[in-house]
Amino acid sequence: MSDFVAGKLVLADGTTFDGLLLNGLEGSGEVVFNTGMTGYQEVLTDPSYAGQIVTMTYPLIGNYGVNPKFDQARKSFVRGFIAAQLCENPSNWCEEGNIIHYLEQREIPCLSEIDTRAVTRKIRSYGAMEGRIVRAERNIAQVVAEIATHIIGTDLVAEVTTPEIYRIPFAGKAPHVIVMDFGIKRNILRSLSLYGCDLTVVPASTDAKTILALNPDGIFLSNGPGDPKVVTYAIETIKQLLGKKPMFGICLGHQLLALALGGDTYKLKFGHRGVNHPVKDFSRDRVYITSQNHGYVIDEKTVPLMDVTVTHRAVNDGTIEGMRHNQLPIFSVQYHPEAAPGPDDNVYLFEQFTALMKGGC
Amino acid sequence: MPKRGDLRKIMVIGSGPIVIGQAAEFDYAGTQACRALKEEGMEVVLVNSNPATIMTDTHIADRVYVEPLLPEYLEEIIAKERPDGLLATLGGQVGLNLAVKLAERGTLERYNVELLGTPLEAIKKAEDRELFKKAMQEINQPIPESDIVETVEGARVFARKVGYPLIVRPAYTLGGTGGGIVNSEEELDDVVERGLTHSMISQVLIERSVAGWKEVEYEVIRDAADNCIVVCNMENIDPVGVHTGDSIVVAPSQTLTDHEYQMLRSASLKIIRKLGVEGGCNVQYALDTKSTDYIVIEVNPRVSRSSALASKATGYPIAKVATKIAIGYRLDEIQNAVTGKTKACFEPALDYVVIKFPRWPFDKFIGADRELGTQMKATGEVMAIDRTFESALLKAVRSLEIKAHRLQLPAIAALTDELVYARLSRTDDERLFVVAEALRRGVDPAEISRITTIDPFFIDKIRRIVAMEQRVVNEPMTPQLMRAAKRCGLADRTIAELTLTPEAEIRSRRKRWNIIPCYKMVDTCAAEFAAITPYYYSTYAQEDEVQITDRRKVLVLGSGPIRIGQGIEFDYCSVHSVWALREMGVESIIINNNPETVSTDFDTSDRLYFEPLTIEDVMNVIEKEMPEGVIVQFGGQTAINLAAPLSRAGVKIMGTSLESIDTAEDREKFDAFLENLYIPRPKGASVTDAGAAIAAANRIGYPVVVRPSYVLGGRAMEIVYNEGDLRYYLTHAVQASPDRPVLVDRYMQGTEVEVDAVSDGNDVLIPGIMEHIERAGVHSGDSIAVYPPITLSDEIKNTIVDYTVRMARALSVKGIINVQYVVSDGKLYVIEVNPRSSRTVPFLSKVTKVPMINLATRAAMGQSLASLGYTTGLLDPVGYTAVKAPVFSFAKITQVDIALGPEMKSTGEVIGIDYHFERALYKAITASGIQIPDDGAILFTIADKDKQEAMATARGYSELGYRIVATEGTAKFFASAGIKVESVQKVSEGSPHILDLIRSGIIRMVVSTLTTGKLPEADGFKIRRSTVEHAIPCLTSLDTAKAVLDVLTVTRRRRLIYSMALQDFAGTAPHGRETK
Repeated sequence: MSDFVAGKLVLADGTTFDGLLLNGLEGSGEVVFNTGMTGYQEVLTDPSYAGQIVTMTYPLIGNYGVNPKFDQARKSFVRGFIAAQLCENPSNWCEEGNIIHYLEQREIPCLSEIDTRAVTRKIRSYGAMEGRIVRAERNIAQVVAEIATHIIGTDLVAEVTTPEIYRIPFAGKAPHVIVMDFGIKRNILRSLSLYGCDLTVVPASTDAKTILALNPDGIFLSNGPGDPKVVTYAIETIKQLLGKKPMFGICLGHQLLALALGGDTYKLKFGHRGVNHPVKDFSRDRVYITSQNHGYVIDEKTVPLMDVTVTHRAVNDGTIEGMRHNQLPIFSVQYHPEAAPGPDDNVYLFEQFTALMKGGC
Repeated sequence: MPKRGDLRKIMVIGSGPIVIGQAAEFDYAGTQACRALKEEGMEVVLVNSNPATIMTDTHIADRVYVEPLLPEYLEEIIAKERPDGLLATLGGQVGLNLAVKLAERGTLERYNVELLGTPLEAIKKAEDRELFKKAMQEINQPIPESDIVETVEGARVFARKVGYPLIVRPAYTLGGTGGGIVNSEEELDDVVERGLTHSMISQVLIERSVAGWKEVEYEVIRDAADNCIVVCNMENIDPVGVHTGDSIVVAPSQTLTDHEYQMLRSASLKIIRKLGVEGGCNVQYALDTKSTDYIVIEVNPRVSRSSALASKATGYPIAKVATKIAIGYRLDEIQNAVTGKTKACFEPALDYVVIKFPRWPFDKFIGADRELGTQMKATGEVMAIDRTFESALLKAVRSLEIKAHRLQLPAIAALTDELVYARLSRTDDERLFVVAEALRRGVDPAEISRITTIDPFFIDKIRRIVAMEQRVVNEPMTPQLMRAAKRCGLADRTIAELTLTPEAEIRSRRKRWNIIPCYKMVDTCAAEFAAITPYYYSTYAQEDEVQITDRRKVLVLGSGPIRIGQGIEFDYCSVHSVWALREMGVESIIINNNPETVSTDFDTSDRLYFEPLTIEDVMNVIEKEMPEGVIVQFGGQTAINLAAPLSRAGVKIMGTSLESIDTAEDREKFDAFLENLYIPRPKGASVTDAGAAIAAANRIGYPVVVRPSYVLGGRAMEIVYNEGDLRYYLTHAVQASPDRPVLVDRYMQGTEVEVDAVSDGNDVLIPGIMEHIERAGVHSGDSIAVYPPITLSDEIKNTIVDYTVRMARALSVKGIINVQYVVSDGKLYVIEVNPRSSRTVPFLSKVTKVPMINLATRAAMGQSLASLGYTTGLLDPVGYTAVKAPVFSFAKITQVDIALGPEMKSTGEVIGIDYHFERALYKAITASGIQIPDDGAILFTIADKDKQEAMATARGYSELGYRIVATEGTAKFFASAGIKVESVQKVSEGSPHILDLIRSGIIRMVVSTLTTGKLPEADGFKIRRSTVEHAIPCLTSLDTAKAVLDVLTVTRRRRLIYSMALQDFAGTAPHGRETK
């Protein structure tokens, strides 16, 4: 039986926000916010949130319940969940449970009945910050000290990637795509299948030789959590694969590609997380609304080092959202064309990838 | 693609008078459009017949034409102004239909005017059912099985094929006029016949009903470069079956999964692209509750009521952005004015819940059919914002001003369990109150959901409210419980009522516990970016975002939802007051809850608080902002009613004092006041029981006017001719009691005159006098008013000035005052004095060029009229005549008698302005929607008391070549005077009777006066209603009939279509100011 006790969110700088803590379960992580008004279950199970406490800015969470079909990974990797109000009695024809039980069953620390807008404003002003959700009676100074010594874990990718190789065969003749899983969302795999790809998903640590031995027609670099620079083995693998096969990267995959190409990345103040981010595609001269979830971006200054053309930019802050290699059949985007949650304006990118593979490379 | 260089002069079409289905939202949209165009350096030509709008202010557009919205007039204006482009997608269905007509007449081509924004082809694809069906099929968007029919027989054929229930929708109408859900052939015949009459192209669409599915709307914007975004989606709490304008709506959608949300979002983008809309567009869906099946119900290729709501709900200025798109901009080139940094090309993220609740006119139209269906009946709406659904809903309820502070109505609370249960299956305006009551009585929520087809999610939210009420009743009050109750949205007054504690005690305890609301910003982006627009809502949470300034500041109270008797005029006044304050360098703060209005636009005031206008909610803002004082005189009765409680709470009322307000509104004080000034008024008395009423009436002499005190819009006011009727009134309509006195006045049958004046307590400026065409007895809001007056003697005018000046001085009016007079037997009497702005202020301000609200605000703030260049007295009349005519929405509200009387029935107004009185009157009458026939038969059904008077009018029409038709009695009477008249059978006399003649189109106009007494006179009522169903004019006052006759006589000789801009009539300098 769910039990809410008085709780609070304590940030690294000692700021606190009051709320109710689900079953008294505490958790630490980097506090970030997501502005999507739907898709809470997809957010909870997006492995890119590994190591983070996610604050939903929309106050009513759980309205339509949960359903296993919305899960994006084998489990949730978030370190905590913050929502203003959790819905006890959801309603939707495909609802198979409520969010409170969902969080409980997965032992996800959760703080609710909290002023999420205040949390968001704090992060917006001071940047993403480490924090801890704890019981109300905990001493703030002590919690701050705990946060200071808490290590989120450097290689989050290792935590979320698939432990073993698996296949998602396509019925019929189809290009064979090796998916490097840095924390992939199921809807990416679904989208690739839908656009006619025969998939082999490999762990992030798989080396180039093994990948090439699988005889791929293309390589897909998935999304994933954390700082791309710590995933040195993957950067090395990608380096060795450059030019060998057509390549498409999303999110962390896009950042790892940049590092492999000799570029650099840096951390944004508070990242892009939501389903309403406008991105301009220069080749089409059009703006698309995208689903995003990233804290790092490619450093503008290192573009010349990579021999790439910037194909997409964020309309709001101008940061790089997509690139294409000037010589090789390689492209990548910073956002999530597979949506779930979010708009499906950008599925055309999967088509581009299959076209690239058919292009004879 | 940046702004186009080839556009210099743009014409914008407004939406005309307020009617059900088309309210203030288009003033808001049109005003934003005009300002956006001017911002781009374009010259703006505006056409709108509605004077009570901000958009028709001469500083909003360069050329303002207050002319009838008819193609002939538009063509005349186009010929004169030669605009480069026409923007028609911001004037509602009226604007859109006009654009189509102008294109079809070849006007646009002839004068080389480009239709800007959404192309004509796209409009037609969205509006023409066949083209729409084809377009949707081409992009695989499901639409219900349907057929377009032009005959009743055609409808029957379709019905036999598809089965019932079916929805009937007439093509090209607004607010679903003439449509409905039908369950049988009999109903089908009825509704189809009516629909065919109302459709502009005599077509109705019949389609399979998906009643009970979720109704979801998306507001979409597209630019010419094909960038598309969704501004907002909304879910109707009332499932498909209730018109969206009559639905309680929540934004964003609550019960849709991300997959469903995105599925409909993608469909919206596909649709807007397929149609080729350039600008705003609204798409309505029905979504199955048991699968992802959906159908597209309707697309509006224009800015709409929903887009106004979406704009206010998100902060995203849809009309402004649509306008910029129309002149060439791309979405990613337009600045997001809310953040000042990001672009308009994004999708707003909400971090709160928004609820829209319609405001229905059933408090006025007591006998009206309250059942809600596909035909919209609401006159206005309120919006509420909070971070819980429960609280947003309760705020909306408080904002409605229907005397409810929670989901409870005394009449429903008094019902037995059985009746409450039975009422659940009725879809009417009180349904949510019935749901709450059923929950209180322990009815299973699942059962309620099954009966009402309202989603269990929403029923559960109401259950939580009811559960919180019960906790408040049953548990000892603690800070924890108080906080929980406030987060759930319970008003102090509710907690007081439930705990049997005075409200003041609840408030002080709450404040002692430091449970006070904080204010958060509506910023389009869920706080992701810093915003610069000060648009706030209250919530009980941890952090307050308002940065209080130390500037001099004043709070202006708005007027809440649009209803009969309190329309857009009061928003006009609030906006002008705010502007005046800003001009004076005073920080202006506004509180209002009407999403349709200019006053709630994010850049109208320095600070906007979107809140209910109750004493608790207003005091919370005051305690936060600590303004110097509050201006209550411009927000209609809503604001005036708050004067006393605010004053008691120690808040300073700017301008006219509370004592003066009370003197004017309290019957006995007012009588004494007038007596002291030796100013006469009709004999009358204030009574608190039936016996006293009858005694008073006997003393005063019949006929008498009876009404409850402290009302607006003549609610429950009647003219009573004998004791029997008076007794009926006192038992059936209004019960007199010590705290609710009834006023009994001598009914003076004379000329009614109205004056609005501005006073600083010393000088009293009277910009003009308005004379009513209809004699006293017809509510002033329903009368045709003429400025300057036409029949008043100089002596009467001087007396009007004398009385007005003396009363304003004696009341120490600082601000505005409205006086209604009646001239009877050459003598002037005061009927009433309102120490607040009135319905006629925008009209008078415009035609006299006196910035009345600006002056009144300055006077209220302590400035003298002399310092502003004005002195005491009546200004010289201008050289032209302006006529204000009422506009009614009877087609939307069935079972209401359309006969005019002391109770107001009109929803809007238009003006006609011209150098010739008759042409001004013609314009006003035409603009009001009365289509005077050129020939054919006119039916007279005249009450005995009016027969003598009606004779001359009938003779006049006959002489103009009309056939006169009358029932036997009237016909005999007319014939005896030598008028050529045809006799027709009453309904009771069998076919062919009057109704048959109306139905067949032989009778083209009806003049019908009401027999006295309250017995329902079946024939007269049926005749008047049938004129509504068949869209022919029906004049219920002989004065109106006479005026129309005069117009017809004159217009046979004179050119009718002649247009001039307000700027030409009045010049641009303010009138009446003494030049230094």
